[in-house]
Parts: sequence; C-alpha cells; structure tokens
Amino acid sequence: MTNVSTIIGRLTDSFGLNLQLFGLTLLFSLPLGLVIALCAMSRFRPLALITKGFVWVIRGTPLMLQVIIIFFAPGLLELGAPWGSGASARFTAATIAFIINYACYFSEIFRGGIQGVPLGQAEAGQVLGMTRSQIFFRVTLLQVIKRILPAMSNEVITLIKDTSLARIIAIKEIIMMAQEYTAQGLIWPLFSTGIFFLVFVGLLTLLFARMEKKLEYFRV
Amino acid sequence: MPILEVSRLSKRFGTAEVLQGISFTLDKGSALAIIGSSGSGKTTLLRCLNFLERPDEGRISVEGALLFDAADPKTQAEKEIRTKRLNFGLVFQAFHLFPQYTVMKNITLARELLEKARRRDTGVIVTQEQVEAEARALLAQMGLSGKEAAYPHELSGGQQQRVAIARALALKPKILCFDEPTSALDPELTGEVLRVVRDLAKQKTTMVIVTHEMAFARDVADHIIFMDEGQIVEEGPPEQVFGAPREERTRQFLARYANEA
Ligand SMILES: Nc1ncnc2c1ncn2[C@@H]1O[C@H](COP(=O)(O)OP(=O)(O)O)[C@@H](O)[C@H]1O
Ligand SMILES: [Mg+2]
Repeated sequence: MTNVSTIIGRLTDSFGLNLQLFGLTLLFSLPLGLVIALCAMSRFRPLALITKGFVWVIRGTPLMLQVIIIFFAPGLLELGAPWGSGASARFTAATIAFIINYACYFSEIFRGGIQGVPLGQAEAGQVLGMTRSQIFFRVTLLQVIKRILPAMSNEVITLIKDTSLARIIAIKEIIMMAQEYTAQGLIWPLFSTGIFFLVFVGLLTLLFARMEKKLEYFRV
Repeated sequence: MPILEVSRLSKRFGTAEVLQGISFTLDKGSALAIIGSSGSGKTTLLRCLNFLERPDEGRISVEGALLFDAADPKTQAEKEIRTKRLNFGLVFQAFHLFPQYTVMKNITLARELLEKARRRDTGVIVTQEQVEAEARALLAQMGLSGKEAAYPHELSGGQQQRVAIARALALKPKILCFDEPTSALDPELTGEVLRVVRDLAKQKTTMVIVTHEMAFARDVADHIIFMDEGQIVEEGPPEQVFGAPREERTRQFLARYANEA
C-alpha cells in the first residue's frame, strides 16, 4: 500500500519535469522570439514573408502534433537519432518543439509591442544623435516591455499548463504520473495535480503583477 | 555668409513631388518662419534638414560646409549623418518626450551618451554635474524650475513641449527647428510655449519655425517663407508677406486664416 506522502513525493518529482520544460522553453524561446520578430519586420521582403509563413504554420497547428513530429520525424526520415535515446531523447524533442512553438507566439507579441511604440520615439532619439542600438536599449525597450507584459503573462501561464502535453511522447510529467494511480483505483492524485498548477500559476500571477507595478511609474 | 544654405531641395514620395526645388538661406541669429496650408511640405522640409528623410535632389550647407549633396553619396554615409544631425535640433509637434525618464533625464540622456563617446575619442571630460547644471539652467529658462524629477505624463502639454525645447537646446544645435510646436496644445497652453520661443528669438537663437500662428510669426520672425504644394511661393520680411503679399496664392491663404481667426 503506497502511502500519501510517497505519492505526493512522486507527484512533486514529476512536476519537476513540467518545471524544467517550462524553464528551458522560456530561456530559449524569449530570445528566439525576438529574432523571429525582427525577421518578420525586416525590410528585406523575402525574409519577412518566409518568417511570417513559418509563424503561421507553427501557430496554426497543434503543439501536440509538433511534439510528435519533432520526436518521430528524424527516425521516419532516417536521419539517425539527433535527440539521443531513451527518456532524455523524448525530453529533448519535447523541449525543442516547445521552444519553436512558443518563440512563434512570443514573436507576435514582440512584433506588436515594438510596432506599438510611436515612431516619434525613435525619431526623437535620432535627432538627438543617438545610435540605433542606443535608441533600442535606452528608449524603446522598456516601453515595449511595459506594453507586452499583460500578453506575456497570459502566454507564460498557458505554457506551464501546456507542459503536460509532453506526455504524448511518454514523458512522465505530473498528470501522466497521477494517471498511474488512477489505474490502480486511486483518483485523488489526479485531482491533486490541479493544485500544483494552481499554486504555480498563482506565483506567476504575483510575479507579473509585481513587474507591472514596477513599470507603473510611467505611461506609454 | 549665411549659417544655413538650402539649395534646390526636392523630395518625392512615390510619384508625389512633396518638395520641388526648395532654396533659401538663413542668417546666424535670425528666425525664419515657414507658413503654408497643411500638406504643402513644411514638415517634410524640416525632416530633410534633420536627416529624417533623404532628399532626392539638392544640397544643404551649414556655415559654408557642404553637409548633404543628393548627387554625392560620400555626403550620405550613415555614420556621419549622425554627427551632421547635431547641427540641427528639432522640436516635434507631438513633443515625443521619453515617457520612462524624468524631465532631467529627458534633457541629459543624449548629452551624456555624446559626452561618453567624446571622452573615449578625445579624452575631453565633461562631468555629470556640469551636464545637469546646464540642464537646470535650461529648465529655469523654460520656466520649469522644480520639475526636474517629474515624469512627462505628470506635466501639461505646454510644459511637455517646453521640456522638449530644453532637450533640443541641451545639445547646443546651431539651428533649432520647430514643427508647429503649439498645434497639439489646448489654446490656453499655446501662450507659454510661444513666449519661450519668443525669448529664444530675443537671445538671437537661429531658428526655423513652422507655424500656424500668424500673429506670432509676424511678430517673432525676421523672414517669412510661404509654401504651397512643395514650392516657395513667396518670401520676404514679415511686413511685406503679411502686409502687402505679392502673390495671389499668399493672399488667399492669409485671407482664409483671417476668416478662421
Ligand atoms: N512618409 C510619407 N509617405 C508618403 N507621403 C508623405 C509622407 N510624408 C508626407 N507625405 C505627403 O507629403 C505631403 C506633404 O506633407 P507634409 O510635409 O507633412 O506637409 P505639411 O507639414 O505642410 O502639412 C502630403 O501630401 C503628405 O501626405
Ligand atoms: Mg506638418
């Protein structure tokens, strides 16, 4: 007979996988998203068009499908085993799919945020003799961050919940773990996974509220 | 010798010829007012002077030095454009203050960055205290002492525009351009901004002022240019352009203003 604390311990451990996927996705998709946004805004039309097409495909298809494709495609196309083997291969494939998917969503948020800053801000910097990078980092960036925080908060909250999709390639994240107990006739572990997400989303909400508060001292 | 010489400046947007061979000169210490109906190319002209637009034809010289020649790519290198810009200052219709910075930082930011680069290149040191002291003096001149720590959104439009003027002056431009500095303001706030510009004129600041305030232009400018459809239709001292316009189009324009006012 498994006792309650053992079960909770194992659920907590598997939630660690959700958190890892969450953290790695954020770490890489934020900068990648910025690059994609800049490409989509490029004055070089072909690059902008290809980028927008790519973003359309990624946002237009289910993340679950993308996870499956990234995991199985190399094998099916006989490209060897770029993700390695075993559990770590599955985790790598899922992480890559998540990074690409979220980078595309973030890129659209960034693009909206950057284009939302009035052109006059950059022009004011220009006539004051500032360089392009000075204008981006000293003038535009903070205004973009302030503008996109609410949308980013939504996306990041969705991300932690999406991490459960990784189970589709047998990654033993928290819900998959809980279902093992359901099979044994125990239903409460499955319900209790909701609490893990609720608590974490609560923390994220507090964090974003704090950042928004920090930027309240000015208006855009 | 005039401080500014603009010669046969032209600018097209697609097929629209927004500026068609604009030529004029400006003497050091004098104020030029440019009037004309909306769409006549006044903003585009100021934007060309500040290198926010690249003219298709023509030349711009300051103090006898050729800054820009549409026929000579050597004068259009991106890196030098940034330095050349500093000959001019521009005050926008919509202020465009940096919202995340205090009034003080709005005025000092660009100057600090420039001084940092200058220290690297020439070893000349201008201290932060010096930069801030100059900014405070400018604020006093704008009638805004005590507003150093305020953020733009805490100020009225008239105050914001005066900060924008101080921000432009902080870089000590040779020629200060104004693009309808009071058009975005409530009528009761235009006076405080016009007063500041008038004081600058008294101190012999070299200025190009695009304005719809005819009484102000007549009063403050040494020279008037009336533009229509991308061309200079008439120019001369205020008494002549306002008192005895020679061109029919000038008369019609001024009559329309007299009716509206
Ligand atoms: N970036 C642009 N692209 C296309 N047309 C423009 C652009 N900027 C200005 N124009 C056009 O040029 C003409 C002159 O504009 P502008 O210089 O703003 O006139 P003004 O300041 O005298 O009202 C207008 O017809 C305007 O529509
Ligand atoms: Mg205009």
